[in-house]
Amino acid sequence: MFSKLWRSEMPGLFAEPLLILVAMGVGLGAYVTMEEGEKYVEFIAPGVVAAYAMFSASFECTYGSFVRMKFQKTYDAIITTPLNIEDVVAGEIFWGATRSFITACAVLAIAAAFGLVNSWWALLIPPLAVLAGLMFSSIAMLFTSLAPAIYTFNYYFTLIITPMFFFSGVFFPLSAFPTLVQHLSWIAPLTPVVNLMRSLISGQPGEGAWWGLAIVIGITVVFFALSLFTMRRRILK
Amino acid sequence: MPIIEVRNVVKRFGSIVAVAGIDLDVEEGECFGLLGPNGAGKTSLVRMIIATSPISQGSIRVDGKDVDKEPRRIKANIGVVPQEENLDIDLTVLQNLTTFARYFDIPKAEARERALANLQLFELSDRQQSKIDELSGGMKRRLLIARSLINQPKLLILDEPTVGLDPQTKHLVWQKLRSLKEQGVTLLLCTQNMEEAWHLCDRVAIMNEGKIIVLGGPQELLAIYGGRQILEASPGYEDKDYVLQKLREAGFEWQEVEETLYVFQGDDQVLDDSLRQKLGVRNERSPTLEDVFLRLTGRSLTE
Repeated sequence: MFSKLWRSEMPGLFAEPLLILVAMGVGLGAYVTMEEGEKYVEFIAPGVVAAYAMFSASFECTYGSFVRMKFQKTYDAIITTPLNIEDVVAGEIFWGATRSFITACAVLAIAAAFGLVNSWWALLIPPLAVLAGLMFSSIAMLFTSLAPAIYTFNYYFTLIITPMFFFSGVFFPLSAFPTLVQHLSWIAPLTPVVNLMRSLISGQPGEGAWWGLAIVIGITVVFFALSLFTMRRRILK
Repeated sequence: MPIIEVRNVVKRFGSIVAVAGIDLDVEEGECFGLLGPNGAGKTSLVRMIIATSPISQGSIRVDGKDVDKEPRRIKANIGVVPQEENLDIDLTVLQNLTTFARYFDIPKAEARERALANLQLFELSDRQQSKIDELSGGMKRRLLIARSLINQPKLLILDEPTVGLDPQTKHLVWQKLRSLKEQGVTLLLCTQNMEEAWHLCDRVAIMNEGKIIVLGGPQELLAIYGGRQILEASPGYEDKDYVLQKLREAGFEWQEVEETLYVFQGDDQVLDDSLRQKLGVRNERSPTLEDVFLRLTGRSLTE
């Protein structure tokens, strides 16, 4: 009823995952020794899908949402209709998840073109990307509802999103880190998504897949509810 | 039954009281004007009426429904024209209306039909494929009004609908608002423009410091508070105290706005010639609603 497509635009994000796969996977991969004939690019492909699902949702629900909320006053316009602020927030989060879905499909298609997808389980990647998109959109939305100014999102990306990109097992296994970092990494929401993606793309269930799924759902529920609450407080003064 | 019933409503922001206990009935089919200086509490009151701001105390019913309990049903039947333009710049003129219609659950075909009709009404038909950025200020304002009518509201709430418009557009807007009223739409108009209130409103309330200080028809208020005529005077600096003293003794009321003294001359009041000389009367004219406004809301800067 309310999840509105605000606009249709082709994300410029497609080019970047392709670059990463080529530069890191093929280029850097030539210097990386993997076990039993596995290629490095195969290792990072599922992580790149997960990471770009995260980026799409995060950009949409931080900068995108903030501009609509603060500069275009779109929220103010919509809440004068029968929709209330919770509908608007939910619509934003579902739209963020839609962006994750589109991006994940595109990256998956690129990976498949490289011959990196080995399992029919990979068909579950787009639905998983939606779930991950809901989670990252909800987290971003909470941040947006509290952000005093648009510059604040620099902190969000440099302190939260980028570290997750590097320390959630996208480019190397977590076992490469000291134990403390490994534990920290398990708190990062991207880690279970990367692990799940990896299981699906290879067709081999990794350790703790169900736990991973439960963590993703749990974080989503908590942040979704919180962002509804904080956005109501911000908009309905 | 009044379409808006405001009962003892208070709005607080922390320790600031924006609305300090208001009772108000707006009757169905009338054009009601809410006047008052900046910071008088008009916008706070209106935001509570349209259920986009929680009521600190008291209650508001719109069309018989409690705004706290049934905001969706209330909002389905009202239109809101905001002072700040909030059109969606990523959509065309037509899409702005059809997208908005979807929020009211109006079916697609019907939405398009209504959107086209509203664009025609506001003389925007030839701009339907334009981007919002390509529109002039006057066109945007007309589009905002066209958008607010997409759900065919019973009650239309307008915040400064003609501020910043050229005279032609202003008169176009006024004429459309009048014809809406003739069709039975209730109008609640927040304005600083006394001419607008005078031309459009059946009744006006003047607010100051969170309270309604007077309420009545524009003519009625003018008759009570406007006096017979207004003297615009600028007394010399050295004479000022003497002049004010004399005016006070003679029972005149006046309002001082910057350098100018507006003296309200009642029917039976006569100004003697020497005082008149000292006053330095520059102009004598009939009172307007603006004089009433100035007289009742005090000095030029209340903030």
